[in-house]
Amino acid sequence: MATQQTRSLARFMMAPSVVLLLVWMIVPLAFTLWFSFQQYNPLNPMRDGFVGFSNYALFYSNPAFLQSILNTLTIVVSVLLITVIGGILLALLLDQPMWGQGIVRILVISPFFVMPPVAALVWKNMIMHPQYGVFADIARFFGGQPIDWFGQHPLLAIIIIVAWQWLPFATLILLTALQSLDGEQKEAAEMDGAGFISRFIYLTLPHMSRAITVVILIQTIFLLSVYAEILVTTNGGPGYASTNLPFLVYQKALLEFKIGQASAGGIIAVILANIVAFFAMRAVGKNLDK
Amino acid sequence: MARAVTTQHKTIATAAAWIVALLIFFPILYTIITSFKSEQEAIQGFNLFPSGTTESYSEVQAQNGYFKFFLNSVFLSVGSTVLALLVAIPAAWSMAFSPGKRTKDILMWMLSTKMMPAVAVLFPIYLIFRDTGLLDSRIGLMVMLMLINLPIVVWMLYTYFREIPGEILEAARMDGASLWNEIIYVLTPMAVPGIASTMLLNIILAWNEAFWTIRLTTTEAAPLTAFISSFSSPQGLFWAKLSAASTLAIAPILIMGWFSQKQLVRGLTFGAVK
Repeated sequence: MATQQTRSLARFMMAPSVVLLLVWMIVPLAFTLWFSFQQYNPLNPMRDGFVGFSNYALFYSNPAFLQSILNTLTIVVSVLLITVIGGILLALLLDQPMWGQGIVRILVISPFFVMPPVAALVWKNMIMHPQYGVFADIARFFGGQPIDWFGQHPLLAIIIIVAWQWLPFATLILLTALQSLDGEQKEAAEMDGAGFISRFIYLTLPHMSRAITVVILIQTIFLLSVYAEILVTTNGGPGYASTNLPFLVYQKALLEFKIGQASAGGIIAVILANIVAFFAMRAVGKNLDK
Repeated sequence: MARAVTTQHKTIATAAAWIVALLIFFPILYTIITSFKSEQEAIQGFNLFPSGTTESYSEVQAQNGYFKFFLNSVFLSVGSTVLALLVAIPAAWSMAFSPGKRTKDILMWMLSTKMMPAVAVLFPIYLIFRDTGLLDSRIGLMVMLMLINLPIVVWMLYTYFREIPGEILEAARMDGASLWNEIIYVLTPMAVPGIASTMLLNIILAWNEAFWTIRLTTTEAAPLTAFISSFSSPQGLFWAKLSAASTLAIAPILIMGWFSQKQLVRGLTFGAVK
């Protein structure tokens, strides 16, 4: 009887969160799905109506579409590679005994707290600017030609900025995992004559696997929807060279008012996120059960 | 002998770590340095020693009205966090103390809502906001930020509450404590640290959210993310001013962040890494 009571109380306490998230997930998405089959232009309401899959066809035949998917995946994969590998190396370094470890940690973690527009503008203007940036100063110092980062390598420039923001996160998580490694195990391995590399491969890496999975999952969620960094640096250009899927959808919806196409793009973004999420969640779910 | 090796090892590790750390921190450091230069100095090539003028700071306030955006950021991040806590605490509580068969599924589902790309619902949300007059309103954006971070708040609270031993509740009940007394004298003191950590992390996330805060505001409700983004349109050379605005925008959260490293790890890994 008491359990029955607690159970309904529990349901009652859970209800607000569940209902809010359910509404938040279903209502706008239903709208988007509906719009994706409509011709809808707020500027020209005469031609509105059901158009079947033609928005998807239009979006798909837009050369920017494939490019944007490719750019989205390039950003996700490159940043993941840089931050996970860099994060492991940095975590190993920061785990060594040293002077001023607390301050070093604070310095390394800091970029994560910088809001995306600030990070992007600082890199764009003060670091990568072809004339006044620090990189240009360095290039000139060595007698080289400064690189026009956002003109010539726009996607690479964005990847560098985003990786700078997420490297601290990966490092912090991996360092925390590393520090929970049993010291005795390490010593035992050392006594058995295991060198640094084999200790790393057979002891440290397996111990960190769960943290690495989590880092990949969380970063993927955020990296699939990089937006502000593109908005304030390249605005997607030149051409579509640095347009990712979120940015293309934003352009279609709020700049060109092609709502149908934008919605079709949004649904494709959801499908893409679901494919990625399916694998990520499975990995995390498995890891969390341990 | 062994000791000498250790000291040498430590020296090398220290040097390497400091060099890497300073390189990573450099863009932030250089922004702070540049904010104390005049515009003229700021474009005269690499220079780590500013003249120390604070004219950029007064200009950011005088010309751009920095303080209004700052207040919006404070209001939005704190407001959305408090709102999220009010909704999430009961949920996390019940999931931690009387978990059912589907508790884990519900948690995973909540996490999955976080994976929905924001652009997919940009236009419907934009329409709903426009038609209800919520565009550029602080309340509308506050609710939005609350919804975005709700899954993380529930998860984080859940991992904290789960660590409160259930036996203590039973003991209190045996001693005849009413539900109300149980909540005030037994649970609250144990739950407060977790709630505080959750609050801290969530304020940081809301402060830095840079999609909805930019797209759903124009002037009235615009927080610092939108304010800084407005600097992306070319308006002459403004390095020092940009640096001053940036420094002001990140300083409060940077300092909060330094104190929240542990909570950050736990909160963003959904308790999987502690």
